[in-house]
Amino acid sequence: MNRLAYRKAVNYVMLTATGVCTFLTVSILFVILGYLVYNGGKSIDWDFLTKLPKPPGENGGGMANAIVGSAIMVGLGALVGLPVGFMGGIYLAEFSGKAFGFVVRYMADLLNGVPSIVIGIFAWGEIVERTHNFSAWAGGFALSLMIIPITLRSTEQFLLNVPRALREGALALGAPKWKVISTVVVPAASKGILTGMILGVARVAGETAPLLFTAENNEFWPKSFNQPTAALPVAIYKHAIAPFDDWHRQAWAAGLVLLTMVLLTNITVRWIMGRGISVQKG
Amino acid sequence: MAAPAITAGQPAKKQSIRSRLHGGDTVAHLVTLIFACSVLLVTVMLVWMLWSTSGLTRAKFGFHFLWGTNWDAVAGDFGALPFIWGTVLTSVLALIISVPLGVGAAIFLAELAPAKVSDTCTFLVELLAAVPSVIYGLLAVFTLIPLMRTYVDPFLKKSLGFLPFFQGGASGKGYLTAGVILAVMTFPFIISISREALMEVPRDQREAALALGATKWESTIQVVVPFARLGILGSIFLGLARALGETMAVTMVIGNDPNIHLSVLAPGYTMASLIANEFAEANDPLHLSALIEIALVLFLITIIINALARLLVLATRGKGTAHSA
Repeated sequence: MNRLAYRKAVNYVMLTATGVCTFLTVSILFVILGYLVYNGGKSIDWDFLTKLPKPPGENGGGMANAIVGSAIMVGLGALVGLPVGFMGGIYLAEFSGKAFGFVVRYMADLLNGVPSIVIGIFAWGEIVERTHNFSAWAGGFALSLMIIPITLRSTEQFLLNVPRALREGALALGAPKWKVISTVVVPAASKGILTGMILGVARVAGETAPLLFTAENNEFWPKSFNQPTAALPVAIYKHAIAPFDDWHRQAWAAGLVLLTMVLLTNITVRWIMGRGISVQKG
Repeated sequence: MAAPAITAGQPAKKQSIRSRLHGGDTVAHLVTLIFACSVLLVTVMLVWMLWSTSGLTRAKFGFHFLWGTNWDAVAGDFGALPFIWGTVLTSVLALIISVPLGVGAAIFLAELAPAKVSDTCTFLVELLAAVPSVIYGLLAVFTLIPLMRTYVDPFLKKSLGFLPFFQGGASGKGYLTAGVILAVMTFPFIISISREALMEVPRDQREAALALGATKWESTIQVVVPFARLGILGSIFLGLARALGETMAVTMVIGNDPNIHLSVLAPGYTMASLIANEFAEANDPLHLSALIEIALVLFLITIIINALARLLVLATRGKGTAHSA
């Protein structure tokens, strides 16, 4: 074989190989979806969504308490994390100097990369250790710590994308800076900021590790925020590693519910609001 | 793009109004500053909490903690090496699988695929990053573990069993299974960031190579990829940071064996899964302190890897814009 033919052959083989890589990686998503829909679909029923869990070994029951518990803790986390991250993002985009801005930005990125189990330990040390019981507060606190850096960085990015002329126009009309930010810059970036917030909350809603020893688990309805509280991801984990077949069935059903919520949020938000908006990674 | 530092001058207004308006800006500046500082505060408190509550084991074992191989909560002897080994080994296995796949896919998406296909595929791959880790764990427990037990592990033992890395009982749970799951969890990062780095390579670089008679593949692998190498490296480090800290999926498939094994088919333990399994039951202060020190080690490792990754990604961004004329 002459040299050129060889080079051409290598060219085709390698380019095909990269295509195969793409096909493999993309198809994994569909494999995951298929398995969950197949196994979860045949396990999910009305009881699952409305009833409390049954004791180990008994069949039936559901995870309604875990769904409610998840909603409570994600809600608490969002209530604290979103405003803090949002305001911090405004600071970074509008007020910060170069050096200090870099420090805050870098710290936010690092905090974003801290393993979620370490965040769980921190929340345990700050809240569970002091109040001496597992609680929805502690779980919500852990989740809020994960929401803050995500929101902060995405808010900052979308604010910086607002054209400079818009700011200058408002300033030229004599508006003070705080008014320019609150009535011109933030509304102009609101779509992106909201997208970032929703994606951040969706990501945190699937977290298990920070809840393991902050909210712990509970077989009953959450009665107050000061009690151990069940959450959907934790329930999936506990059910999947338990040795009961009926629990496995419920784990699949819970997995399907959780994945549907997370993916639906992601797809709708990115499609409807975020076409063309690049979402921050990592 | 930095925020423009423009202050509106109002020479005609009275002093009081001017100072009041300016006061509004100062208040806004201070309020947002306080919120921004919460990030610094949380980081500092986090480090302090991990440091101060792991004092018992640091005093008792010192640096020996890091290379002690025994983990016995009853006897009160704690060494972290089996878990550090497990964390590093599973992450390396994950990268061995995900780097060729991820970079290959990124090359296809950046260089070959039409823009629409490329965007759709990237979107789908990024959805993979949104899948919660406990779902990966769930799938792994019921599908990947049986698959590894019946097909992959026996095959590896038969064909490569003479090597020490592929020996021992093959229960389906172990380092390799965890590595496979971690690979799936890391390649969304590798693909989407590498793809961006590749797309930032100026077009004249490619065209120059093609004009010299290079094939598409030669121009890609000899010109474009080296040009984007820092960004690709950054994406790999970001994936690595995620793999190191990943908890749930690994905990469900690693097999939970606190010993060091050379064989990738053997069950093991990682730092994160050790914490997940033992933290809730740890009542003894020394045991608790040991687990928190493990968390501290894990925190430091991921912080360092993350910091490197961000610097690398930042470095290419600057380079990309500087060179594209």
